[in-house]
Amino acid sequence: MRMERRLLTGWGRTAPTLATVARPRTAEEAALLLRQAGERGAIARGLGRSYGDAAQSAGGIVIDCADLAPGFRLDPAAATVTAAAGTSLAELMRALLPRGYFVPVTPGTRNVTVGGAIGADIHGKNHHADSSFGAHVRSLRIVTPGGGLRTVGPDRDPDLFWATVGGMGLTGVITEATFGVVPVSTARMRVDTDRTPDLDATLDLMSTTDHRYRHTVCWVDLLARGASLGRGVLTRAHHAEVADLPRSARRDPLRYAPAGRAAAPPWAPPHLLNRWSVRAFNAAYYAKAPRARRGEIQGAASFFHPLDAVAGWNRLYGPRGLVQYQFVVPFGEEDALRRIVGRLAAEGAASFLAVLKRFGAATPAPLSFPMPGWTLALDLPAELPGLARLLNALDEQVLGAGGRIYLAKDSRAAADAVHAMYPRLAEWHAVRTRADPAGVLTSDLSRRLML
Amino acid sequence: MRNAVGAVHTVLLLGGRSEIGAAIVRRLVRDGARSVVLAARDPENSLALRSTVRALREAGATEVAAIGFDAADPASHAATVAEAVARVGDLDVVVDAFGVLGDQAGYDADPVAAAESVTVNMTGHVSAGLAVAARLREQGHGTLVVLSSTAGARVRRANFVYGAAKAGLDGFAQGLGDSLAGSGARVLIVRPGYVRTQMSAGVDPAPFPATARQVADAVAEGLRVGASVVWVPRKLRYLFAGLRVLPRAVWRRLPR
Repeated sequence: MRMERRLLTGWGRTAPTLATVARPRTAEEAALLLRQAGERGAIARGLGRSYGDAAQSAGGIVIDCADLAPGFRLDPAAATVTAAAGTSLAELMRALLPRGYFVPVTPGTRNVTVGGAIGADIHGKNHHADSSFGAHVRSLRIVTPGGGLRTVGPDRDPDLFWATVGGMGLTGVITEATFGVVPVSTARMRVDTDRTPDLDATLDLMSTTDHRYRHTVCWVDLLARGASLGRGVLTRAHHAEVADLPRSARRDPLRYAPAGRAAAPPWAPPHLLNRWSVRAFNAAYYAKAPRARRGEIQGAASFFHPLDAVAGWNRLYGPRGLVQYQFVVPFGEEDALRRIVGRLAAEGAASFLAVLKRFGAATPAPLSFPMPGWTLALDLPAELPGLARLLNALDEQVLGAGGRIYLAKDSRAAADAVHAMYPRLAEWHAVRTRADPAGVLTSDLSRRLML
Repeated sequence: MRNAVGAVHTVLLLGGRSEIGAAIVRRLVRDGARSVVLAARDPENSLALRSTVRALREAGATEVAAIGFDAADPASHAATVAEAVARVGDLDVVVDAFGVLGDQAGYDADPVAAAESVTVNMTGHVSAGLAVAARLREQGHGTLVVLSSTAGARVRRANFVYGAAKAGLDGFAQGLGDSLAGSGARVLIVRPGYVRTQMSAGVDPAPFPATARQVADAVAEGLRVGASVVWVPRKLRYLFAGLRVLPRAVWRRLPR
């Protein structure tokens, strides 16, 4: 088993801490690591795409799941895949799409693992139609410090299963999962694009048309002020049928070739992304978007994962990194959403990746983030003066509206705020204590938020 | 844990009676710290300490403990750190703020008192700093804030015993910070000029004086951006870049 001492951060590159990184190859080796972990504890890590401190454990052991018996198998009759926890969605898409299947849920990057997808209960552009990743999991294998290796599912120890979905790795180390996949006839998307002039128009168009599309998402310009506040570019799509494709592409409709990756420079100066550069980018992006375009055919990679085309884009935020803020407020709390968007615009908080989305049904998981309502995700430079106060104020608005923030994105919230946002925390904690009576599973996130 | 915007949860103040130290901790509590340990000589009988405890509770700290700490007894320092850990767990920030000023004329007349002041101002920080560093290494994160002084940036005739101890402390803190590179732990050196406090009440203010609150704000900003040195006020950095290269014959003729 490979081991090394290494500084780790999340994708936001803030708050590095030192841990012993171990790469077990089998569930037995993972169980051994949990038994040997000292009082500093242990936590699993996948591809490190959580923005904050979810997959690091200062002074402890970080179990890198990349070598956990890599590989997966497709069961075409049941339309399910059984994959090792360290398998990335990128690998799955590469192998599954040519065979006519798509992953049930993908976030804005395909560089996440199956284990991480379950631990964070990730969502994608199809949440309003298909819920989150956990809703598609039929069973999973997990090593817990208290009970060793076991198999759980919605019908088999459902308490532990749902505590693990969205449980941020704090119930055990997931080693393998079986989940449903979606049959598709092409590797392309049929996309409708609309430009909206302001926030009300954005909300209105999304509310009235979301149900007609499988995948929808809206990019929002948070630096446009006044009458243009909350203007956006809404994209809605279905998996394309063969007949939708241009004639030349019909011969090989399942051909999937994600664009080669450009790389961000290894170092960018502080303050590169500031309110002026981002405002210019946003204005150009908005101006370039079509007012209304129907039926455009796009590759799955460019539709779902535009940022994956630039490796290490997080480095553009400079040496001090970025903070991502994502919250959800229930339907009916549109005023809270408007207040938050207004506040961000008034502060000139430079976010060039603000994404608005409507969530559908939640899973039964007590720590899962999505709930029916509006979710907004934005990136901000960590060096922004006054950021701590701004985001604490937003937390209060979110909490007051009965909403919550996403733990996989969080790197700065206060423990009491998060506890109030997740009222089922005690219920979750009881299951965690059963799975891990000695409290071995520890991440910087769990220390910071006292989970 | 330190979060992405520099706020922390736990703070240990070594030198619980220090006015500057108390101002720093108060600021950290305002920014989100909740558990504080104040380590001071004879904690039960200090009015200053009691008022600091009260102020911290009012500022939002949920747990404030006062424990004994003798800067002049290096053998006890590891135990002090262990006791703080027993109270609050991981030490997110340790503020190393103890010290005595004294006056040069007094030290000239009493070499033993001079040596004792150096024991507190320099030697005590070596044992305490190393004990803290060992804990920070073990936990894989944390910041040690060391209160150095411009008095040590270039030692002046007017207070060379104090200045020499601060120069030694500053060098120690720089070396300790370098030795912690890659450990997840770090050292933040704070170099204030003249700060108006009770300790400095008998000294004439030097140019560019600061308040304890300004020092606290500078520390909070240093923690937020991950700085390794902060000068208070900031312009002293540029002033001292000049003063450090002033010819000796000129330097020793400066009025203070």
